[in-house]
Amino acid sequence: MRSIDGAVLDLKRLDLLATGDSIIHRLDARAKVITTLFFIVMVVSYKRYALAELTPFLFFPVITLALSNLPISYILKKIAAILPLALFVGLFNPLFDRETQVLLGPVAISGGWISLISIMGRSALTVGSAFILIATTGFIAVCHALNRLGMPRVFTIQLLFLYRYIFVLTEEATRTTRARELRACGKKGLGFSSFGPLIGHLLIRTWARAERIHMAMVVRGFSGEFHSRQINRFGHKEYLYVIGWSLVFIILRTEDITRIVGAAFTGIFS
Amino acid sequence: MHMADALLSPAVGITMWGVTAGTIAYCSTKVKRDLDDRKIPLMGVLGAFIFAAQMINFTIPATGSSGHIGGGLLLAILLGPYAAFLTIASVLVIQALFFADGGILALGCNIFNLGIFPAFIAYPLIYKRIIGRQPSPTKLSIASIIGVVVALQLGAFSVVVETVASGISALPFTTFVVLMQPIHLAIGIVEGLVTATVVSFVYTARPEILQSAMGTRPFGNISVRNIVLAFLALTLLTGGVLSWYASENPDGLEWSIAKVTGAGEVTGTEQPLHHVLAAIQGKTAFLANYAFPSKQGEKAVTEGVTAGKEGQDTSGRLGTSVSGGVGSLLTLTMAVLIGFFLRRETAGKG
Repeated sequence: MRSIDGAVLDLKRLDLLATGDSIIHRLDARAKVITTLFFIVMVVSYKRYALAELTPFLFFPVITLALSNLPISYILKKIAAILPLALFVGLFNPLFDRETQVLLGPVAISGGWISLISIMGRSALTVGSAFILIATTGFIAVCHALNRLGMPRVFTIQLLFLYRYIFVLTEEATRTTRARELRACGKKGLGFSSFGPLIGHLLIRTWARAERIHMAMVVRGFSGEFHSRQINRFGHKEYLYVIGWSLVFIILRTEDITRIVGAAFTGIFS
Repeated sequence: MHMADALLSPAVGITMWGVTAGTIAYCSTKVKRDLDDRKIPLMGVLGAFIFAAQMINFTIPATGSSGHIGGGLLLAILLGPYAAFLTIASVLVIQALFFADGGILALGCNIFNLGIFPAFIAYPLIYKRIIGRQPSPTKLSIASIIGVVVALQLGAFSVVVETVASGISALPFTTFVVLMQPIHLAIGIVEGLVTATVVSFVYTARPEILQSAMGTRPFGNISVRNIVLAFLALTLLTGGVLSWYASENPDGLEWSIAKVTGAGEVTGTEQPLHHVLAAIQGKTAFLANYAFPSKQGEKAVTEGVTAGKEGQDTSGRLGTSVSGGVGSLLTLTMAVLIGFFLRRETAGKG
């Protein structure tokens, strides 16, 4: 069970990181969104047993992480928190896929184990790049970027609203559950019969709040649109970033750099 | 229930992104046209409510475990299908970006699995049918429970289809179905009960909320014919695209497609991306045989070639796997070193 406070703090911390200033932070959000999406598609496009081929893809998160001055241990911890989940989804592979794929001396490694490790690697790469995107860009900028890339206006407004009120409502939920805990005299779990009214009350208060918010917005001239002053533009740096990384990903995908490097290295010593 | 990127193939991920993006665009125009702008803040705030409510756990009687509310059907009941779909989608976007609860490429799949079924199947075809014109507490409870169970069953089944079509997990189709459906039946019953208690509570405390949602406004209504037609089109589209691009595994899906088309061997099962990349690779020629070394091995394993040939294959792969291992280590070291170097550079400047 995840504590509500902890989750909200985590959310705030990730979003606060986006207020930093670095070469990566200053790039237009669209460039970072496009590059991250392309990176993820490239990483998952490998077949089930790809492992060595995936390692060069580490360059993208490592370099952006280094250039953006983000706290490395924090991002690593966030990735590590996801890995047990990846382990769980991949756990069936060693059970169902027992064909020997690699022989390391007397030890035969089945395809299932290789694909399990490959799944973990994929998870770390894709999740890591997503966290880095948010931590260097911020959610609001990502929303505006998606909107300018063609996401419907209504959906953008909805996302921005949702994000704004997550903080308000999670705090309210925290207060509600704390109040219940204090009155529950040490009874740990929240029972079925009190859960319905508790959530129901929260819902009714939420509804009333939405009505107040709407009135306040109408008073201030809301007509279904958010207007914002956008200062970022898609310049040379952005083109360079997107095209440069895309070329790197394509080369990594077509040429097996790992094996070429490995073969060259072992060739020197043999 | 939230799928991760690591188990998806690009073909499945991008197809589902397309399907979901289309639905979002359709719902957005619908909402924009039919909407009184009162609903815009309501959608956002209710999305945040679902997000917060999912963090409050309750204990499931007699099991010792805990659960939380799902929210898909509840949103559909409160907002109507189109606005509910957009709200569910936005909750999933935030969960994916901030908590890695479901991947970014998998967002299409997740929005489809958790959004389409409650909003466009369970709500109009089950919930509204049971409620009829005169709602009562009993009807509300039964409708909520059945609605949530059906939506979750359909969602779980499409998780299985999407995962198997991607071919990264080794879990066979039938085993996966046998695992997923009963688990989600149990989850569905619990979630349905909770949804029912919340809906009944709101109905007794503020009935006008439910009435306004269910009312005669065109916003909450949706015709069955449209749903059936849309789903027919969707099935044809995804079935066609997915089967065409499906992975190389001769699993149930592909096998049945081969049977249906009458072809002895399914051709064109390569992923399109691989085709493009292979074409580029053919032009660059250098080390052409190296680039997809796992493909041969994979074929040999899946097609069940004789043991002798396989042994030969394995030993052949040993050479490449050594250079692969060494190469991986070198690349890793290089990546870390470059990271440290850049870090020191930027730290020095900043």
